[in-house]
Amino acid sequence: MQVLIPSALQSYTKSNTVEASGATLTELLANLDRQYPGLRFRIVDEQDQMRPHMRFFVNGVQVFDLTQGLQPTDCVYLVQALSGG
Amino acid sequence: MARTTRKPATRKKTITVRTKKAPRRVVVLVATRKGAWLFHGDPARKSWRCDGPHFLGHIINHVVLDPRDGRTLLAAAKTGHLGPTVFRSTNQGRTWKEATKPPAFTKAMTGPGRAVDHTFWLTPCHANEPKAWYAGTSPQGLFRSEDGGDTWAAFSYINDDAQYRAWMGSAQDGTPDGPKLHSIMVDPRDPKHLYFAMSGGGVHESIDGGRTFTTLVKGMEVVNGFDAANIAFHDPHCVRLCPSNPDRLYQQNHCGIYRLDRPSNEWQRIGKSMPKRVGDIGFPMVVHPRDANTVWVFPMDGQTVWPRTSPEGKPAAYVTRNAGKSWQRLDTGLPNSQAWWTVKRQAMTADHYDPVGLYLGTTAGEVWMSRDEGKQWRCIARHLPEIYSVEVAELG
Repeated sequence: MQVLIPSALQSYTKSNTVEASGATLTELLANLDRQYPGLRFRIVDEQDQMRPHMRFFVNGVQVFDLTQGLQPTDCVYLVQALSGG
Repeated sequence: MARTTRKPATRKKTITVRTKKAPRRVVVLVATRKGAWLFHGDPARKSWRCDGPHFLGHIINHVVLDPRDGRTLLAAAKTGHLGPTVFRSTNQGRTWKEATKPPAFTKAMTGPGRAVDHTFWLTPCHANEPKAWYAGTSPQGLFRSEDGGDTWAAFSYINDDAQYRAWMGSAQDGTPDGPKLHSIMVDPRDPKHLYFAMSGGGVHESIDGGRTFTTLVKGMEVVNGFDAANIAFHDPHCVRLCPSNPDRLYQQNHCGIYRLDRPSNEWQRIGKSMPKRVGDIGFPMVVHPRDANTVWVFPMDGQTVWPRTSPEGKPAAYVTRNAGKSWQRLDTGLPNSQAWWTVKRQAMTADHYDPVGLYLGTTAGEVWMSRDEGKQWRCIARHLPEIYSVEVAELG
């Protein structure tokens, strides 16, 4: 499926859109980390919690549960909620 | 795990103190809220070449050169939005690579567990342990790498120990940008003899390579009305071990300046002899590379609401040449009024030249240095972001 990557993570992917697979968001992140080592830890912490300011949208709907199921035709957006000075 | 209660053995002094020949050149490693800069000095330390920014936009808490190989640099990084990581260079900063496994706490079996917000402190291990490093994090955690900073694992038992967790408190108890584990020090005579400090949570020592730790807070004061017997109330800001006499430590604390001469376990408050209008509150503590009686501090205003500025807007370093009996003000060249910056705990250091060069970075983004042990200061960089740490390395 297509995954949109925010600018802060494009140092890993070298692209704003990448292809990745997984039956859940957790699996998708694992797949992304295999392709782009280190990327997952920048957005999900060691307790498997989404880091502050990182958000996931699946087909335009915000998702907070990383166990949410995915379909191969889904479009996933990783978004960073810019904040601070 | 049980903590040892035995007193540390007195170690025979085997350190040979000698005046080093002036190294070929010095590089000042400046970590800031928005990136890192390296300033390469000429052999006389008079002119400086700026190299940077590295990691523009990243919050860099510490950049340290490995003195054992003279070329490996580690940088502790995160951004406002992304999780923490460590960057590594094996060519003195020309290229960088991200750590494969940055410091991270163990996943909790139950409950919310802790997540590293940022790596705060980096210390190369003993000279006989090449490629090994220690890291201190916020929230407080102690980590070690065996492979030059590429992969990190929890070190010792303290990260998940119930007593230590109680002493560490929570983010609610910490400094404004998170509670820190800092001042990780290795006895140059013995790789198993370690110290670290926590803000808050006291000073701790191990003589068995981290298998056990004991607290070292006797003599340290706490804020009025609190119980000094409670380790959680102790807030060391910066602790340094004297390279010329590893049995002597100095500490800048939330409640004064202290000295500890081992094997004693009792800190002596040596800041009482500071001028009353300045006080003995501050963050950095700098030790002389060859003279254990000489240290420098940089006082800040710790009154009322803790402005964290230079007292009266007049920044100055203070030096003692007699282990704390008396202090002299060193402000020649520094602004003499309306300068409301200060210096964070990792942002002041010394080189090994004779006379010693001092370097400090300000919260207003200026780097100042002195080629004569603080008698005269000059600004070598300005308009940088808020400076979090300054280290100096000598390149051959």
